[in-house]
Amino acid sequence: MEKFIIKYFNLIRIIIAILIGVVISVVVIYIITKNPSLSFRSFFLGPFLSKGRFGDWIELSSPIILCGLAIAIPFQAEQFNIGAEGALFIGAAVGTAFAVSTHMPAVLHITTVLLVAGLTGAIWGFIPGILKAKWKTDELVISLMMNYVAYFLGLYLINYHFRDKAAGFLVSYKLPQTAWLAQFIPGTRIHLGVIIAFVFAILTYYFLYHTTTGYEIRTTGTNKNFARFGGINVFMVIVLSQVIGGFLAGIGGMTEVMGLSRRFNWQMSPGYGWDGVVVAIIGQNNPLFIILAALFLSYLRIGGQILNLLSDIPSEMVIVIQSLIILLITAEAFLQRFKNRITIREAKMKEVQNESDN
Amino acid sequence: MNPIIKSILAPKFIFATLRVMTPILYPAIGVAVSALAGSVNIALEGIMLVSAFTGVIISAYTGSLWFALIAGVLAGVGMGAVLGYFHLNLKADIIIAAIALNMFASGITIFLLYILTHDKGTSSSIKSLVFPSYQIPLLKDIPVLGPMLSGHNILTYLLFVAIIAFYYIIYKTPLGLRIRAVGQNPEAAASVGIDVKKIRMYSLLLSGFFGSFGGLYLSMGYVSWFSRDMTAGRGFIAIAAASLGGNLPLGTFLGAALFGLVNAFSNFIAPLKIPSEFMQSIPYLTTVIVLAIYSINKSNKEKAALKEGAK
Repeated sequence: MEKFIIKYFNLIRIIIAILIGVVISVVVIYIITKNPSLSFRSFFLGPFLSKGRFGDWIELSSPIILCGLAIAIPFQAEQFNIGAEGALFIGAAVGTAFAVSTHMPAVLHITTVLLVAGLTGAIWGFIPGILKAKWKTDELVISLMMNYVAYFLGLYLINYHFRDKAAGFLVSYKLPQTAWLAQFIPGTRIHLGVIIAFVFAILTYYFLYHTTTGYEIRTTGTNKNFARFGGINVFMVIVLSQVIGGFLAGIGGMTEVMGLSRRFNWQMSPGYGWDGVVVAIIGQNNPLFIILAALFLSYLRIGGQILNLLSDIPSEMVIVIQSLIILLITAEAFLQRFKNRITIREAKMKEVQNESDN
Repeated sequence: MNPIIKSILAPKFIFATLRVMTPILYPAIGVAVSALAGSVNIALEGIMLVSAFTGVIISAYTGSLWFALIAGVLAGVGMGAVLGYFHLNLKADIIIAAIALNMFASGITIFLLYILTHDKGTSSSIKSLVFPSYQIPLLKDIPVLGPMLSGHNILTYLLFVAIIAFYYIIYKTPLGLRIRAVGQNPEAAASVGIDVKKIRMYSLLLSGFFGSFGGLYLSMGYVSWFSRDMTAGRGFIAIAAASLGGNLPLGTFLGAALFGLVNAFSNFIAPLKIPSEFMQSIPYLTTVIVLAIYSINKSNKEKAALKEGAK
């Protein structure tokens, strides 16, 4: 038992942090709502209660997975680029503009639109990346500012040049059908973008843990000087990690447009980039864990939305809970004493065993 | 173009600059004081939101500006304390912990706003107070200077007190000396008996203290209500302002003034009929450009110094 705890300590810590978050939400719901049993049911079971909601849950995880990857790759290289939100927004805006102004056969259209969105996102990653690599400009502040720039420029592009005036509200023209990602499970909104997200997660896992560049990214993150002496091109790693991040975020935004609304309809930034930060931290920057973390977060989100509809509790409760979970996970010393105690007990047991062996 | 230039040269322009730099300079001082101790606080966005919200709610429920002020400041200092506790005692990464706190602030303020007013957007349905504006007796009659400097919100005047207080704390008190010592070399500071953890905690508390005034001004001076995520990145622009100013009092002031100028400028050229989305992106774009130029300069200087040294 002790060995198990020590080996999987990090995982156990994360699970306990999540449990604490869940317990707090139970308490909050209990205090606020007049009808606790209905609220619990809608929050925890809601995503399972209808096919459509189950589909919404799975669908929602896809942009969060892609943004989680977009954050995790720079984080692995110890680059605090949190510009996924901006890359997603501008990627989707430029991708939409491109999609509605071109005509191509379906497969080609989908591929090029995704590529345009990804490359636009990549530019958003490149700017903080090159500034950091070349002149040590703080990528955190730059990427934050770029989020706002992306938001306003994206809105400008859509509202002034691609706005569908017939629609009655501020949205772009509808994408041509050739650029739609099909919703392939009847009764749900699950679309091909979900598959794309999962595929990218697996590819990113392979990239980070089974290729030389991935190794270089991780080594730069653990020890920049060691990486430099080892002959790793740290300059390239810093730029590349952020460019790939921006690329994935751009695709994450575009698949949402192509699979769900089929037109650009965000007047507020959707926040998936920030969800990406959350799942990257819960998933410890490991793409496979990020899938799980994204499923967990979107489960809470959908539960929160249903709760919001059916009771008097605003869905923002989920944001509060997720921030507490992150705080606990990033607190290295959280449960450390518990681990120390177990380590000591384990060591003592070994000692006793050794003595009896003698 | 002529009327535009005229309006920029008008005293109103400086007045507007002071007005918009108020909610940037307060958090910028907050960033600077934490950065000087070596633990940069990027949670000012969240600190301001929580203070802005607390101020509005408390003023609406008690009808007292003093209570609102005290509660708002305590909320900001409390956020600083939480960040300090997680970073210093629980060894959390300060950047991630601050990101979490910013999220927390955004979530909890909307959550409580809805619980209290059944509105997720703004607090306009409840009657909250604002801090008063004052005309300064003699000053207001001086041409040009009067309309620039007189008639401001009390919190804008307090801005000057805050920057002087920041200067005083950093250069004239033992705490300031320790803060700078810890920031420059924590090991050396520890070796002469300074409790590094404690000093950093103090600097984060101060950071929350200064930041909270920015939040209070936003919801109880700049406008007279709380709206969701109303800080709109000012807490982040503050980081840029402070780092441009080298985290020192005068520099931070000038850094915030620069962003205030740009902001006021983008409001003043609005008659040119440039799409508002462009105008709104100007302060953020300027931050990127200015920070880039600043770091290019700095790295060139470092390179030159290295070359000097090699000779």
